[in-house]
Amino acid sequence: MSGKEVDKFTGVETTGHEWDGIKELNNPLPRWWSWTFYATIVFAIGYVIYYPAIPLVSSVTQGISGITNRQIVEQDMKAANLAKSGMIAKIVSTDLEEIRTTDELFRFSVAGGKSLFKVYCSQCHGSGAQGALGYPNLNDDDWLWGGDIEAIYTTIKHGVRNDDDDDARISDMPAFGEDGILEPAVIKSIAHRVRELAGLDYDAKLANSGKEPFLENCADCHSESGTGDTELGAPNLTDAIWFYGKKPDEIIAQISKPRHGVMPAWGKRLGEASVKQLAVYIHSLGGGL
Amino acid sequence: MKNGFEAAVVGLAALLALMGAVFSRDAQFQAHAWVLFFVLVVSTVVLIRRVKFSPDNMAVSDTGKSEASGYMDGVIRYGVIATIFWGLAGFLVGVVIASQMAWPIVNIEPWFNFGRLRPLHTSAVIFAFGGNALIATSFYVVQRTSQARLFGGNLAWFVFWGYQLFIVMAATGYLLGITQSKEYAEPEWYVDIWLTIVWVSYLIVFAGTLVKRKEPHIYVANWFYLSFILTVAVLHLVNNAAIPVSFLGVKSYSLFSGVQDALTQWWYGHNAVGFFLTAGFLGMMYYFVPKQVNRPVYSYRLSIIHFWALIFLYIWAGPHHLHYTALPDWAQTLGMVFSIMLWMPSWGGMINGLMTLSGAWDKLRTDPIVRMMVISIAFYGMSTFEGPMMSIKSVNSLSHYTDWTIGHVHSGALGWNGMVTFAAIYYLVPKLWNREKLYSLRMVNWHVWLATLGIVVYASVMWVAGITQGLMWREYDDQGFLVNSFVETVSAIHPQYVMRTFGGLLYLSGALLMAYNVYRTIRGDNRKEVPMDAPAALSPAE
Repeated sequence: MSGKEVDKFTGVETTGHEWDGIKELNNPLPRWWSWTFYATIVFAIGYVIYYPAIPLVSSVTQGISGITNRQIVEQDMKAANLAKSGMIAKIVSTDLEEIRTTDELFRFSVAGGKSLFKVYCSQCHGSGAQGALGYPNLNDDDWLWGGDIEAIYTTIKHGVRNDDDDDARISDMPAFGEDGILEPAVIKSIAHRVRELAGLDYDAKLANSGKEPFLENCADCHSESGTGDTELGAPNLTDAIWFYGKKPDEIIAQISKPRHGVMPAWGKRLGEASVKQLAVYIHSLGGGL
Repeated sequence: MKNGFEAAVVGLAALLALMGAVFSRDAQFQAHAWVLFFVLVVSTVVLIRRVKFSPDNMAVSDTGKSEASGYMDGVIRYGVIATIFWGLAGFLVGVVIASQMAWPIVNIEPWFNFGRLRPLHTSAVIFAFGGNALIATSFYVVQRTSQARLFGGNLAWFVFWGYQLFIVMAATGYLLGITQSKEYAEPEWYVDIWLTIVWVSYLIVFAGTLVKRKEPHIYVANWFYLSFILTVAVLHLVNNAAIPVSFLGVKSYSLFSGVQDALTQWWYGHNAVGFFLTAGFLGMMYYFVPKQVNRPVYSYRLSIIHFWALIFLYIWAGPHHLHYTALPDWAQTLGMVFSIMLWMPSWGGMINGLMTLSGAWDKLRTDPIVRMMVISIAFYGMSTFEGPMMSIKSVNSLSHYTDWTIGHVHSGALGWNGMVTFAAIYYLVPKLWNREKLYSLRMVNWHVWLATLGIVVYASVMWVAGITQGLMWREYDDQGFLVNSFVETVSAIHPQYVMRTFGGLLYLSGALLMAYNVYRTIRGDNRKEVPMDAPAALSPAE
């Protein structure tokens, strides 16, 4: 046709159009391009025939495989649960001390407990169970509610200070300052008495005047020597582990208006086998007898 | 009374914004209305100062310089500047949020935490930087390839300023915490309505110019631009269909719920990629590559076939964002197969772009702008292969929700969209401001390599991070228990997060170099430097 010129460099005809100096060569489609495009179309048709694909009026084509995501998940979950079911049944029917001392059950429980811990517990207690300010470290041998395996099991199962479980661990330290039970000066002196019991620096005069109020107000739960009581969840005040800080101001703040930790009742959410595995795992970290 | 009418309208709008602030139903709307009021008052003052009290037929255009060409270039000059400005802003926020991922302390509550800056970053680069680039280049290209002045007179200016207002309202809204929580469509209903008005005006200007073209045929670049403008209008309208709680409050409820809402959102989200970032920028490529290398487009037939295949297939691919979710299996299947069929139609653009260089490959050595274009097209090819691959369900089960996706998006956005835009800017600036050449070609070359290195660092560390995450999430021990907690998978990729920030810094520094280069070019300066095509000092004598 007239008007079509041939590009000198490639020897290919142009289409004869020109826009602002831009011309177009009349090259055919690259063959590898066309064939790859056809191949993807063939693959798509095959895939559509094999899997659920085409929406109809009130249903969809199921494909010759009939495979759906839900089926795959169900099968996978079934297989995973089946593989564990023997051990899970044994764990449910075996008491904790026996699980702990039976090699096979112990290893399974620690593996399962560790995995559960990462999903449900690490948010507060840290992925290494190291705790944080206000959240107990589970690796040490200081236990608020007892560190033997049964006590740990009970704490996990029923939780602490929650409304979901009637058997939740509960204790309530009075707000000595906020509720006007004690004068600020007295609270200050008790704080120094507590530091004395803990072997920290303290003001001797204040600590001395704090002795009496400590015995009257604190010793019932924390004991006269300040070693606490795991039955009541009363922390040991004489060790180096401080839940809400050990500075005089921090201790005063806790006496004046105590903060109370809360923990969910995991028994209801996770079931017996999981709670047992968690108990065995956590006991293996820092539990005692 | 040039500008008199405009000043009155904007002033009236400022008054309405003030009333919106006074009668607002919630604090966020009030704050946002104050922002709008402030912007409009400043605009009114600027307009009033520019009112000319001469008869209309004697009005002197403020776009004087290139009026000789008969084309409307003033608005394009503004568009180029806006593109560079928003680009720098978007890249900077990108570096900030990358730092926030690496060092959480950089989060500053409540306005500058990650949750609010992230949409600011994505919208700034896609819609502010990319959008301005597309509007400016489409106005340039449609005039040149139609031999017609922009249709609608000052409507083009309305599109430009209206779009900037949309950007400002969207950005300030994010910082105030106003969002309808749809990715890439975060602005609330009133900003959406404004964008609709602006976008329809854009369509009128563009299509009107095509209608009055003096060329017999419509050039391929304009097919892509037109499909981008039309489809984005449809996508925007459907995905943002919502009912406001109050006409004086920010909150609205989507017309869709549950999985229908999710599917609508990803039909929108994926086609924002398809039509905004692919079709629109292909339009850019189809004009600026042949112009810069001065060679004919490789294949007319390929351009037709891949255009129609691309726009037909792209619109169905969205469900691949919802693999293994509540979305029914059949929709997932279709999303995947349409994505796979998209591979070659996407590559058609790459072939036509690269093969247009045949007969001019030597320019790669001497012209850093051509170099930039080739790198851009190469990244386009890579990410349009990676995309279909990631849409395959078994690949997606590893890659989904990981940083692999972030790496993929950035090799497309930084590599393809960014680089082709920079190349277009370097092409346009000397022409728009009637300069003989750029201030410095060597600086362009530095920009090429800074940006390329930045992208390579970014994309490769995100691949490593993404695959690490994907593998750690699915790791089971021999007893069948999950091995890693989520936070362990986060701390495992901290080094990659730090390196990603570094990659972003490289990219940003390249863009800063461009801004300086453009500034000096507009001033009319020429840097004394060894030309790019000079033989290297140490090369052997021939």
